[in-house]
Amino acid sequence: MTWRSPLALVRDALRGQRARENELRSLESNLPYEGLEKGKQPNRYFTSNAIKTTKYSLLFFIPMNLYEQFHRLANLYFVGLVILNFIPQVNAFQPEIALIPICVILSLTAMKDAWEDFRRYQSDRKLNNMPCFIYSRKEKQFVERCWKDVRVGDFVKVVCNEIIPADLLLLYTSDPNGVCHIETANLDGETNLKQRTAVSGVCNTHPKFEPESFKGIVVCEKPNNNLNHFKGYVEKPDKQKVGAGIESLLLRGCTVRNTDHAVGFVVYAGHETKSMLNNSGPRYKRSKLERRLNIDVFFCVILLFTMCLIGALGHYLWLNAMPVVPPYLVPPTSGQLDSPSLASFYMFFTMIILLQILIPISLYVSIELVKISQIFFITNDIDLYDEETDSRIQCKALNITEDLGQIEYIFSDKTGTLTENKMVFRRCSIMGTEYPHKENDGKLFQKISRTSSSSLSHSQKTDAYLDFFLALAICNTVVVSMATSQRRRVSAQNAGSIFKFCKRKPKRNRTFTEDSEEHFQPSGQTEGVRTTGLQPCSLHPPSLSDKPALTSDNLRYEAESPDEAALVYAAKAYGFTLLSRTPDSVSVKLPSGEVLDFEVLDTLTFDSNRKRMSVLVRHPITKEYVLYTKGADFAIMELLGTPYAGMLRLDGNKKNIATVTQRHLDCYAKEGLRTLCIAKKVVSEAVYKRWSVDRKKAMAAIEDRERLVMDTAVQLETNLTLLGATGIEDRLQENVPDTIQALREAGIKVWVLTGDKPETAVNIGYACGLLEDEDLVINMAAVFQITCTNILDCTLEEVRRYNADPRNVDTTLNMSLVIDGLTLDKALSPDLLDRFVALVKHCRSVLCCRVTPLQKSRVVKVIREKLKVMTLAAGDGANDVNMIQAADIGIGISGQEGMQAVMASDFAISRFKHLKKLLLVHGHWCYTRLANMIIYFFYKNVAYVNLLFWYQFFCGFSATAMIDYWLMIFFNLFFTSLPPIMFGIMDKDISAEMLLGVPELYKTGQGEGDYRFTTFWVSILDAFYQSLVCFFVPYLVYQDSDIDMFTFGTPLNTSALFIILLHLSIEIKSWTVVHWIIMLGSVALYFIVTLAYSAVCVTCNPPSNPYWILQSQMEDPMFYLICILSTVVALLPRMYIHLQIYYYGKATISRTGVNQH
Amino acid sequence: MFRVSVLQTTDVIPSKEKSRCGRVGGVSRSEKMVKQESESANRPDNTAFTQQRLPAWQPILSAGIVIPGFVLIGLAFIGIGVALLVTSRSIQVLELDYTGDGNGSPCSSCSQSTTVNCKCSLNFTLDTLFQGPVFFYYGLSNYFQNYRRYGASKDDNQLYGDLSYFTSPSSSCSPYDYDGSKNPIVPCGSIANSMFNDTFTLTRTVSGKTDSVPLDGKGIAWWTDYNVKYRNPSVTPLKNAFNGTVKPIDWAKPAYELDTSDASNNGFVNQDFLVWMRRAALPNFRKLYRRIDASGDYQNGLPAGNYTIDITYNYPVRVFNGAKKVVFSNVSWMGGKNEFLGIAYLVIGSLCVVMSVVMLIVYAKFKFPDEE
Repeated sequence: MTWRSPLALVRDALRGQRARENELRSLESNLPYEGLEKGKQPNRYFTSNAIKTTKYSLLFFIPMNLYEQFHRLANLYFVGLVILNFIPQVNAFQPEIALIPICVILSLTAMKDAWEDFRRYQSDRKLNNMPCFIYSRKEKQFVERCWKDVRVGDFVKVVCNEIIPADLLLLYTSDPNGVCHIETANLDGETNLKQRTAVSGVCNTHPKFEPESFKGIVVCEKPNNNLNHFKGYVEKPDKQKVGAGIESLLLRGCTVRNTDHAVGFVVYAGHETKSMLNNSGPRYKRSKLERRLNIDVFFCVILLFTMCLIGALGHYLWLNAMPVVPPYLVPPTSGQLDSPSLASFYMFFTMIILLQILIPISLYVSIELVKISQIFFITNDIDLYDEETDSRIQCKALNITEDLGQIEYIFSDKTGTLTENKMVFRRCSIMGTEYPHKENDGKLFQKISRTSSSSLSHSQKTDAYLDFFLALAICNTVVVSMATSQRRRVSAQNAGSIFKFCKRKPKRNRTFTEDSEEHFQPSGQTEGVRTTGLQPCSLHPPSLSDKPALTSDNLRYEAESPDEAALVYAAKAYGFTLLSRTPDSVSVKLPSGEVLDFEVLDTLTFDSNRKRMSVLVRHPITKEYVLYTKGADFAIMELLGTPYAGMLRLDGNKKNIATVTQRHLDCYAKEGLRTLCIAKKVVSEAVYKRWSVDRKKAMAAIEDRERLVMDTAVQLETNLTLLGATGIEDRLQENVPDTIQALREAGIKVWVLTGDKPETAVNIGYACGLLEDEDLVINMAAVFQITCTNILDCTLEEVRRYNADPRNVDTTLNMSLVIDGLTLDKALSPDLLDRFVALVKHCRSVLCCRVTPLQKSRVVKVIREKLKVMTLAAGDGANDVNMIQAADIGIGISGQEGMQAVMASDFAISRFKHLKKLLLVHGHWCYTRLANMIIYFFYKNVAYVNLLFWYQFFCGFSATAMIDYWLMIFFNLFFTSLPPIMFGIMDKDISAEMLLGVPELYKTGQGEGDYRFTTFWVSILDAFYQSLVCFFVPYLVYQDSDIDMFTFGTPLNTSALFIILLHLSIEIKSWTVVHWIIMLGSVALYFIVTLAYSAVCVTCNPPSNPYWILQSQMEDPMFYLICILSTVVALLPRMYIHLQIYYYGKATISRTGVNQH
Repeated sequence: MFRVSVLQTTDVIPSKEKSRCGRVGGVSRSEKMVKQESESANRPDNTAFTQQRLPAWQPILSAGIVIPGFVLIGLAFIGIGVALLVTSRSIQVLELDYTGDGNGSPCSSCSQSTTVNCKCSLNFTLDTLFQGPVFFYYGLSNYFQNYRRYGASKDDNQLYGDLSYFTSPSSSCSPYDYDGSKNPIVPCGSIANSMFNDTFTLTRTVSGKTDSVPLDGKGIAWWTDYNVKYRNPSVTPLKNAFNGTVKPIDWAKPAYELDTSDASNNGFVNQDFLVWMRRAALPNFRKLYRRIDASGDYQNGLPAGNYTIDITYNYPVRVFNGAKKVVFSNVSWMGGKNEFLGIAYLVIGSLCVVMSVVMLIVYAKFKFPDEE
């Protein structure tokens, strides 16, 4: 490093700053500068690929961590107290000692932070040292380096199944079409493959790729976190610009699939990559209990201030009553006593210091510990483990475990949540004829083979059957991958640790392999049909001779939605095998063995407004422009033009195919099948030409592009010819009815919000027990606001009449509501909202059909806000994300549909049935444990602090503590801290079997639950009572005696320990070895530490004098008699009430238990 | 730290990547094994702890256990209560106030005047033997030795005999650390300064003859205070250690002359000083002054007769509405007389028994459901 003038350094730094902040960046290749010093590198201003996610550095850990921690109000409070203690007028203890609690809490938190940071450091290091290939000019080849060595401007080669180290502009792939597939599961959780295309013409690629030939400049935008957007171009030396979008960008963290290797130019590295910019921390949700808790902390503050005011006032009166200065009143150094009012003003603050532990600061630390342990137990529950996918439950939100115990409403998605979302092709209706797939008849096959052979021989004539299956095979966005390039999970752990927002790699690939193929394998006789009825393949050698390995057996289809994959497999089962798909062409192998290469002219992708998708292809034989459309039945039916004229003639049947098909569709829906309609349209060349101009214009539009593109799609999708319809079965997940039954018994209302049609939803509703035969099902499907109003009014009136009827005192109206999206919109309008909410309060279950993601979240929000209830939303797809985020608890089901739902969720489970144990057992436990622990904590602090408070009445309100300050700190820190934490982690008020067997027990947590206003104040009052007993029993015994201060404090402290621990023992419902060890250990620790301290501390802690006091007390029988008496008197009322509740509770449990069986 | 393995740019075939840095894979069979193993890698441990199925004991609070339990506790408490009450009743206590509030009281003249060593005497008569061992206390009322600043006003290191703290007392003693002319005060602080300085002698008048009752002042302080916590500096004579220091402002004599009769009972280990320095917990307290020496006539305590306490009245208490008294008491295993504890045990014991009876009635009437 040569010496450079500071001015030059500053100038360089400024230039770097400007380069980084610039809206556009110009990047050059590093290769010409290889080996030069840093100052000469063209891209030196941009961050390197080494990442650092650690918050702290080794050197500045302490100041930075302290800064972080002082953001917490509680810590500031404590520090304020310490500062108060350093003011001589108000200090209660030696200033140094007052530092101890805050130091302990700060250092505990710091240790936790340091550990977490160290873990981040380790994962950073692991990532930074991952291998990758960078082109080196010197060696004329790609050499292996680490990720951290990658710089902007480098050429990096990635090979199949490898994770991409930085954001690369794709320049070359091994694929002749310049295509590279990536899997973005690490970024957005979607497991389907995405295509990326290389920027062509900027490098020599023949015969091999030469990075050195790259002479252009890459201009790109400033880094941003939008994963689906990238703007940039490559400016060649001849000033020609080649545009590049997101379709040419390989994102860091993605995995290369199905592509042997690819080379890219590094545009963003390290922290500027899109994945790192997306890497935001975990979300913070506040639980209901915590909100309640904060109110109670506020009450504690009021209580503290009241007590301090009493102390100050008492001190004032005490001083005023003094006729002259008594010998024990020490004047300050000046020799002049403060006036009583000033002295009592100071005393107020001294009292705050003395009674500070009334605000349970350690409570927050303890709650965090308890929640972490609760999450440990939840994630380790073997019942919530799914063998099939090898996945545990994931807890993403760490601080709302207790909310699981208070749920009143569950909003569930249907597909993938209640059902498997493993689509099985069941039936189809082609040209008005219904064919069940299950008992697969040769009929359909024969028809296909006949038509397909005929269509080949007379290629002019197309046939509906052929078209139907061709549409199934073509009209989709399925990606074909070969079994040979099997996906291997490459260092999944590494990847998981960087991309924090994706904690777990999705284990379930949506690749339909052997087992799923079984569903589609036409049974028995089809083999015969195939061999006899079809021409042997050898006569028609595959046209794709350059891919010899491509046989239909090792094909896998990867689809964004499982329906698509199911349809493609179904088509394959009938001989229409989708062989490959590139952006421009689709090749399909016909049953005859012939391979047809369709030129794909355009794909009109699916959107939720149109609810359909289309593919415009050019038939290789007829050269016709054909549009195949697939979509929701209502979306297709309204676009139908003239019926299929030829078909009608053929069958000699005048019936309207559309009506017949509609009837079939209704049948399918009643069976709970998912229905899709398939249609086609032949587009004349002229129309196509005209349309494609519009289309191109729309695609090129900058403003309002989405709308324009959609409009062009709508333009073309008219006058469709119905080919047929399909029915796909989506089986219910196991134990769904059972789970729903249990949840309902637990007082939880289950709603289903689905995008499916009402018939399907109602069917599933009956299947999973949401609707029952004797239920009154109200079907709300109103087109007009006024009808909607009428229905609501009538139903509410009926409910009122029913409830008013004296015969129905014990029963409630079993009413369920089925409502569709359109009606829901009206019902949620401001003037009907209240009536709607009033109605649904009476409904046992509500099914909302055909709702959009936004409506889903709207419903959740309305119920949550209007009824003030705890809500839980469960879903698996991207359309559930809104709802999941709107609810108090979002449950993601890691299923077939990507990971967005899981990403957005607070808890991710793999099966719906897991909800039962999660809520009924873990929810109940977490809630009662935490609620009881918090109440106990308040009690504990108040009870202990009040001992000091009562003493103030006997020491002239001078803030004297009769307990050694160290022992006071130890008391809170060691002797009585572990038992409540253990109580919060391990207490089991009711066994898991009982909770699962008697779901009604869950109701204890709902609404106000265990932790309510009264419980808090009852325990505070109990604390006052117990502290009174604990103080006044020794007081009355030692009144007028020669007892000294610290000897007086010892039985107080000891009996306080026993009272506080035994109080907890009354609350503990079941004792395990751990309980015994911790409880007895705490008592033992108290005696050991106090004895040791009393033996060692001769002059260590003036003015206190603990020396040999416990020892001498323990020789005195009075000590034991006092401890026993105050413990028994203090706990007698609670014990008695507890016994009564125990008997009462036992009675209720056994009564409900009897009712159950 | 990484190896650089050179690969041809053109022929990267998937099989080669196995030999690359960090992921040296084996043959496909071992890979398969790994895969199978990892198939259930996420499976939680099925242990009693992680599954929250540790063997647990639930306290069974059936009536068959609780009612007898309550009866037993109640009876035990009643037993203890009776024992305590009987013991407490057997303790004799004699309290004599000598503040001198009323005009008729013997020390009223002394309480009015500010004379040093004002003398007054109290007479009392014992009809029966005051059972020994008899302890002689002085008592103060409305005296807040537990006042915070008062309690802090001492220097433990000085009292431990550390000479360096003789010349510079701790600031906690302030304003009793230096006198007006900046001489260090030893022992410093408010507690020492306010030491109780009334003295008492006890005489018995038997058939006109006055007999002084022997009082024993040894061992009235805590053993640990005398031997561990408080020490005189190891300087002989003791007086030299106090060179350059002054006595506390309100003291008549310096610390090394507290007991003229016993040279070893001086300095910081003076028994009266130690007793005073151990601060009382409550504003009404007594402190041990002397024991009646169990010798001669006083073998069994104080015999019946007329007694006189001669008091050297110095300590002012009336100014802050305080009171002074002398107390004679004998002690038992439970210390001084205290009726409260015995009564409390009796009450709680009876309450337990009553509660168990109530529960029994309820039980007999409704039959608790846990016994099917």
